[in-house]
Amino acid sequence: MTQRKFQKTPVKMVPAPSYGILPERDVGERPVLETRNLGIDFGGLRAVEDFNLVIGKTEIAGLIGPNGAGKTTVFNLLTKVYQPTMGTVLINGRDTAGMNTVQANKLGIARTFQNIRLFGNMSVEDNVRIGLHNQIGYSTVSGILRLPSFWKGERAQHERALDLLSIFDMQDLAGHQAGSLPYGAQRRLEIVRALATNPSLLLLDEPAAGMNPHETEELMENIAKIRDKFKIAILLIEHDMNLVMGICEGICVLNYGRIIAKGTAEEIQNNPVVIEAYLGKQKEG
Amino acid sequence: MMKYKKPSRNFVTYAGVILIFLICELALSGMIDGFKMSRSLKGQLVPICVYIVMAVSLNLTVGISGELSLGHAGFMSVGAFTGVLVSQYLLFAFPDVNLETIRLIAALAAGGLFAGIAGVLIGIPVLRLRGDYLAIVTLAFGEIIRNLINCIYFSVEGIALNFGFLDPNLPGKMIINGPMGATGIKKLATFEVGFVLVMITLVVVLNLINSRSGRAIMAIRDNRIAAESVGLNVTKYRMLAFVVSAALAGMAGALYGLNFSQIQAVKFKFDTSILVLVFVVLGGIGNIRGSVIAATVLTVLPEMLRQFGDYRMLIYAIVLILVMLAGNNPFIKNTLDSFKAKVFKKSAKEGDQA
Repeated sequence: MTQRKFQKTPVKMVPAPSYGILPERDVGERPVLETRNLGIDFGGLRAVEDFNLVIGKTEIAGLIGPNGAGKTTVFNLLTKVYQPTMGTVLINGRDTAGMNTVQANKLGIARTFQNIRLFGNMSVEDNVRIGLHNQIGYSTVSGILRLPSFWKGERAQHERALDLLSIFDMQDLAGHQAGSLPYGAQRRLEIVRALATNPSLLLLDEPAAGMNPHETEELMENIAKIRDKFKIAILLIEHDMNLVMGICEGICVLNYGRIIAKGTAEEIQNNPVVIEAYLGKQKEG
Repeated sequence: MMKYKKPSRNFVTYAGVILIFLICELALSGMIDGFKMSRSLKGQLVPICVYIVMAVSLNLTVGISGELSLGHAGFMSVGAFTGVLVSQYLLFAFPDVNLETIRLIAALAAGGLFAGIAGVLIGIPVLRLRGDYLAIVTLAFGEIIRNLINCIYFSVEGIALNFGFLDPNLPGKMIINGPMGATGIKKLATFEVGFVLVMITLVVVLNLINSRSGRAIMAIRDNRIAAESVGLNVTKYRMLAFVVSAALAGMAGALYGLNFSQIQAVKFKFDTSILVLVFVVLGGIGNIRGSVIAATVLTVLPEMLRQFGDYRMLIYAIVLILVMLAGNNPFIKNTLDSFKAKVFKKSAKEGDQA
């Protein structure tokens, strides 16, 4: 495996604290996400252990590592799909012990999935509207009786949904069936749906999978744009090193469920342990 | 890319139901020459309305919420017996105030309310399950309800209501008499009331589906994990669909009970649940208009087939099989779809010009 040349796209840098991914940072009064010695056992197998990560407001962080390293398991722990066997997850300074996925989402954590999980039979707009469910609401009774609050809520949802879709220039696709969209568009729609829940931390599980280089380039710009527009933190899992090294301000490398390195893109690229475990050695000659 | 088909051509459903109601009314009053309703068909009018409500409400659970429930007749029987109890109690306790409308509304409301409560109670354990397990447990609950009603005795003495469990020796006039059921019911159900109930059911179910809560219910059906990840309260919305469905079935049951002079719990056997499920499956799972049509046709059909005598149910079964085969035939499906597309295109163009 050869080491690729990494393209840097200019992104607004954010100060960060010393105990996070990057040294010497300032995350404001409290970080968006903080995990302490997070770990989980599946039967006798320790899938993740001693996972410590701090993400500040408006930071873009990357989680990389070989297949089976436990990256998606970390996502499932953060979103409370799995309950950790050890350690804690703090979202916006609040302990999530005993919470479920729904409560974690309400605290401000939203995610996309590695294998796309859209509501395929519904329209693109309805997918986004489901994301808006807890943001713009009206009661079930007013929905059945078609009370004024129903019409008001529906119009507000419609406008907000189109507004959100316009991030990816997808407002023209609003009436299409979500399942029939091309792969790249489905991935983008998942991001929009996650954004609709008004998160403070967005988890992207391989957002560039199945995208061509041109689409990946666009995605990189859009991720930076989303961060700037919504002022949120983003943590992403990705195998495309151009994307990771290009936009992530801090990178965390996972191998066999343990963090083997943390740091900036440059530090990670030159870290011998990471090169050994994941990036691969540069061909000589 | 496929253009998403908007499911909200609701006005076609409403208009169709109203039209058929008006035709039936005209036929009943003998205004149309040469088209007379047979006695047996007249007797079927209220049951048709009841089965439409049953099918539409079951479609909310099976089609929209995606839970295969086999105990729908259980909720129907709760509604039927509560409705009859309320109506008969009011009749005997307050004989001077003889307002049929109030008794009817009270009976329907009570039937819906108690079936809804039964829906909550059954939903709490049942909705922890999924798929086949859920189906089997709902089936069991349907049977439990039926057997419980077999043990219940109610009588009225003055304005006092007496209740006995496995104890038939109650003072006063019996309303519900255990396995013998309710007898001497004063018939209150009319075709008009049935029509109103059908319209109420359609409005409730169609408006629910095309609202925020309905989208949440369908999202949970389509992808539970994704629905949770965007903060949808899965238990709440599964329960909502289940309870609304149960309450509507209860109202249908109350109407059904008040259509006969006597009812027994045996009438709400497992067979009835399956019959309603057949309507839903044949009309198309998740297709409300289909449920209305299937319930109507399949309730009338056995009466129409009386001329075949002993072969009646055989032909009924063959018709069911043929409809299923035709529904799954890709050629027929394509032809129908292209026909529909043509018709709707035409009407859309005409609409633009107008």
